[in-house]
Amino acid sequence: MTGSVNDFVIKIATVNGTGSASANGLLMKALFRMGVPVTGKNLFPSNIQGLPTWYEVRANHKGYMSRSGRVDVMVAMNAQTYAKDLAEVSPGGFLIYDSTWPRRDMMDRDDITILGVPLAAMCNEHFSVARIRILMKNIAYVGVLSALMGIDRNILKTLLEETFAAKPKLVDGNLQAINLGYQYAQEHFSCPLPARAETMGDNSGHILIDGNSAAALGCVYAGATVGAWYPITPSTSLMDAFQGYCNRFRKDPETGENRFCIIQAEDELAAAGMVLGASWSGARAFTPTSGPGISLMSEFIGFAYYAEIPSVFFDVQRVGPSTGMPTRTQQCDVMLCAFASHGDTRHPVLFPADPSECFEMAVQAFDLAECLQTPVFVLSDLDIGMNDWMIPELQWDENFKPDRGKVLDSKALQGIEKFHRYLDVDGDGIPYRTYPGEDPKGAYFVRGSGHNRYGGYTEDANEYQDVVDRLLVKWETARERVPRPVLRKAAKKTRFGVIAYGSSDGAVNEALDRLAEQDFHADYLRIRAFPFNTDVLDFLDTHDTVFVVEQNRDAQLRSLLIIETPADDENLPPVLHYNGMPIPSSCIEQAVLAYLEQEAAA
Amino acid sequence: MTYIAKPKIDMPGERRNEIGLRQRDYEGALSTLCAGCGHDSITAAIVQAFWELAIPPEKVIKLSGIGCSSKTPAYFISGAHGFNSVHGRMPSVATGALAGNRDLVCIAVSGDGDSLSIGFGQFGHAVRRNINMLYIIENNGVYGLTKGQFSASADPGSKAKYGEVNRMKAIDPVATTIALGGSFAARSFSGDREQLVPLIKAGLRHPGCAVLDVVSPCVTFNDHVGSTKSYAHTREHYYPAVHTDFIPPSKEIKASYDEGEVMPVELHDGSRLLLKKTDADYDPSSRSAAMRYLEEHSSQGQVVTGLLFISPDLPEMHTISGTAAQPLARTAYEDLNPGQAALAELQKDLK
Ligand SMILES: Cc1ncc(C[n+]2csc(CCOP(=O)(O)OP(=O)(O)O)c2C)c(N)n1
Ligand code: SF4
Ligand SMILES: [Mg+2]
Repeated sequence: MTGSVNDFVIKIATVNGTGSASANGLLMKALFRMGVPVTGKNLFPSNIQGLPTWYEVRANHKGYMSRSGRVDVMVAMNAQTYAKDLAEVSPGGFLIYDSTWPRRDMMDRDDITILGVPLAAMCNEHFSVARIRILMKNIAYVGVLSALMGIDRNILKTLLEETFAAKPKLVDGNLQAINLGYQYAQEHFSCPLPARAETMGDNSGHILIDGNSAAALGCVYAGATVGAWYPITPSTSLMDAFQGYCNRFRKDPETGENRFCIIQAEDELAAAGMVLGASWSGARAFTPTSGPGISLMSEFIGFAYYAEIPSVFFDVQRVGPSTGMPTRTQQCDVMLCAFASHGDTRHPVLFPADPSECFEMAVQAFDLAECLQTPVFVLSDLDIGMNDWMIPELQWDENFKPDRGKVLDSKALQGIEKFHRYLDVDGDGIPYRTYPGEDPKGAYFVRGSGHNRYGGYTEDANEYQDVVDRLLVKWETARERVPRPVLRKAAKKTRFGVIAYGSSDGAVNEALDRLAEQDFHADYLRIRAFPFNTDVLDFLDTHDTVFVVEQNRDAQLRSLLIIETPADDENLPPVLHYNGMPIPSSCIEQAVLAYLEQEAAA
Repeated sequence: MTYIAKPKIDMPGERRNEIGLRQRDYEGALSTLCAGCGHDSITAAIVQAFWELAIPPEKVIKLSGIGCSSKTPAYFISGAHGFNSVHGRMPSVATGALAGNRDLVCIAVSGDGDSLSIGFGQFGHAVRRNINMLYIIENNGVYGLTKGQFSASADPGSKAKYGEVNRMKAIDPVATTIALGGSFAARSFSGDREQLVPLIKAGLRHPGCAVLDVVSPCVTFNDHVGSTKSYAHTREHYYPAVHTDFIPPSKEIKASYDEGEVMPVELHDGSRLLLKKTDADYDPSSRSAAMRYLEEHSSQGQVVTGLLFISPDLPEMHTISGTAAQPLARTAYEDLNPGQAALAELQKDLK
C-alpha cells in the first residue's frame, strides 16, 4: 500500500535545533491551503539541541487525523537515524536523502524508491553564511517535495511573504532554496509521484491549531483571570498561549493595566494553592500541568474536594511513570486524576479529543467547577496539546454568561437568617458559598479538618459522616452535568461496541471504517467525562463485547468502568497502545481482528 | 416593676472604634489551646490591633497552615473569611487569594514548623514576591501539635522535653527575610503586648510582605529549663532593640517623643511608623546593618526584637506584574470576554 492523491504520509527525520520546524510548518500550511485535510505530529526528544526529531505530516481527503501506521515518503535528513528511517518506509514508498554524502552501503531495500538530492552541496554553493546554509537545506527539501508531490509553489511563496512580512529580504533566500530543490527534482526524477497533493478547495472555515492554544483561549473566554503554573512539558505552551492572548485581549484600554494575573509558582504545590486561594476569593483560576505536577498537587486537590473549592486543573499527559518520557504522549493519568489525593476523593474529569474540545471543555470546566464547587480536571495529552490539528473555526456564543453556581452576595445574605457554608438546602448536594470582602454575615472558615454541615470544626462521628455522604449526593448531581458521550452507530446492528476517549478518537473512527469494509461492525461510544452518566451504562448494557481503546499500559479507563459500573470485565477486551507515539489506526484494526480470530478459534 | 439600670462601666473592651465596633467584635471562637500557650497571647494582640486600626472585619482574610499556631485564626475576627490550609502551604493560598482580590486585608498565621520546615519554600517565595500580607510566625522551636519534636528554629543546645539536645543551627526567619530581600522583618515576644500590638499594626499597614516572628513559648513541650524558647529564657535574654510605635494617619501623635530618638517611617497609605531606638545608631532601612546587628546580638545570646528592617518602597506582586487596581474577582465578565469578533480576527492567522 502506498499513498495516492491526497492520501499520504510524509515523515521528516532531522536533528533538533537545526531549524527544521519552520520548514515543516511551511509544508503543513501549504497542504492546508490547498484544501487538503492535514495534521502534523512532532515526535521530538526531551532535549534542546542535537538529538533526532521527526515530523509526520498526514494528508487525507477523508479527514482522517490519526497516525495511520504508514510512511509513504520519508525525508531522511539525519544520518544518525538513517537505518531506522529507511526501515520504516512502507513498501512501495519513497525515501529522499541528502546525497551530498553517498550512502551506497545503506540502500538495502528494493521494495522502495530511494531518491538522492545533494541538498547540502546545493545550499553550500548558493548561500555563504554557515547558519543560513543549514536552515536553507531544510527549506530546500520542501522544494523537492513540492516538485515530487505537487505542492503549489505559489502558495509556498505567499506563505513565505506572510511569514517574513517584516523582513522581506528573507523571502528571496527562502524562495531560492525552494527553487533549488524543486528544479533538481524536476530534472532528475519523474514528477509527480503517485502519492501527491491536488488542490481540493481552500479549507475555508477551518484553522490549524494545537490543543494547548485552544485550551488557553477557552480560559480567556471563560473569564479566567488567575493562572498559576510551574513549567512542565507538554503543558508549558498552554500558559504561554494564555499569556499571549491576555496581552492581546485583557489589557485595560485606558490604563494598560492587566485584567489578569499570571504567577509562575515555585512548584506545582504552590501553583495548586494559588488556584485554590484565587478561586476562594471569587476569581476564576486554573493551572496547567502534567502528571508529575498532579502528583505534587494531590494534597491540595483533596483539600479542595473536601472544603469544596472550585478549581480547574489541566493535565496535558505525557509518558509516565516518574519523569518517564516528557516529550511522548500517553493517556496515563486517568486514575490519578479521577481519585487524586488521600482519603475518599473523586473528581470530575473531562476528556477532550481535539483542540475544538480543548476550547469548549476549558469553558465547561470553569462552569462545572463553580457549579459543583469542586476540582475539575481537563485531561488532554501531548498529542492534542502540542501538535497542530485541523479543526473547524472556533465560534463564540455572544450570549454566553459564566455560570458561577450558588453564590450568595451581600443582598442575598440579608434575606436569610444565618449563613451555613456546608448546608445542602436544595437537595442536590451543593451548598452555597460567599466571597470574602463582601459581608461579615457571609464569613466562614475553610478547613480541611473535620467539619459539620454548618461549617464548624467537628470530630463527631455522625457530623463528619453527614458531610462526606452529602458529597456523594453532589457526585450524583455531577454525573448528569458533565458532558455526555458521543455515540457513533454502526451501519448494521451489532453486539460489538468500542469505547475510547481523548486523542484516540481519530484512530478509532478510521479503524472502524476499515473494519466495516471487512464486514465487521461496532457501535462506538466516545466517553467525554468521568463520572460516567447513564448513556455509558446503557451502552455497556446493550453490547456483549466492548473493546476499550486507550493509550496506557494498565487499561485505566477500563478499570474505572469496572469499578464504577456493573460491567463484567470479561466483556471488555482492552486495546492498548502505550509506547509514547500517538496511537495509529492500524493498531486498533489489528487488535480487533486478532480478537475475532481468537474468538472464532475458541 | 422596678427597673434597675445596668450600671455603665466603661470597660476598655466595650469602647467603640471609628467604625463603631467593640473590641469583642474582633474576637473569634473560644481557644482550645493549652492554658498559658503563647499563641493565645498573640491572638489577643491581633484582636486589639485590628480593633485599633478599625478595619472592617469583612475586608479581612485570615489564613494559616497546620499546627497549634495555625489553629488560631479561628480565635479572632469571626466576621472575616478564614482559610486553614494544609501544612506549610498557606503562603500560596494567600498569594492566590490576593491575586484574585487585591483589596483584601490579609493576615496569615503560621508556626515555625509550618514555615521553616515543611513550608520553608513557600515562606521564602511569599517574601520574594512581596505579597501584601502580614505574615506572623508563632515561633516556639517545636512542633506543638505533633507533641514536641524539634523544629528548624530550635536553637543549638536547646533540649527537647525528654532530653535530646539539638545540635543543628536554628533558622532565624527574621534574618532569612532580610537576606531574601524582604521588605519588612520584625520580631517580638508573645508576652510583650506593648511591643507586639504596634508591630502587628505596622505589618498590616506595610504595603508588602511583613514578616513578624513572635517568640511564643509552648508551655507543654518547650517551656522547661534548657529550652531557649521558654518564658524564663526569653525574658532573660530579651533584647528589645527597637521600640515601635505605630500611628495611623487619622490620629494625632500624642505621645511626647524625644526628637533625637524618633525615626519616622512613612508608609504608602500615608500612615507613619515611629521607631524609638535604644541604640542610637540603629538604622532599620539598612539591610546590611540589620544583618550585622542580628548577628552581633545573637552571638551574645540575645533575642533582638522590634522592627529590624523595613523598606516600604519595594514593589509588591501586583505592582511588579501590572495588575489592574480593580480586584480581578470583582471585574465584570463583559470586561474579560474578548467576544466573537476578536476570535474571528485571531483565527485569520491560523489559516
Ligand atoms: C503533610 C503533613 N505532614 C505532617 C503533618 C503533621 N503535623 C501537624 S502540625 C505539625 C507541626 C506544626 O508545627 P508548628 O508549625 O511549629 O506549629 P505549632 O504546633 O508548634 O504551633 C505537623 C508535623 C501534617 N498535618 N501534614
Ligand atoms: S502544645 Fe504547645 S503550642 Fe500547642 S497549644 Fe499546647 S502550649 Fe500551645
Ligand atoms: Mg512550633
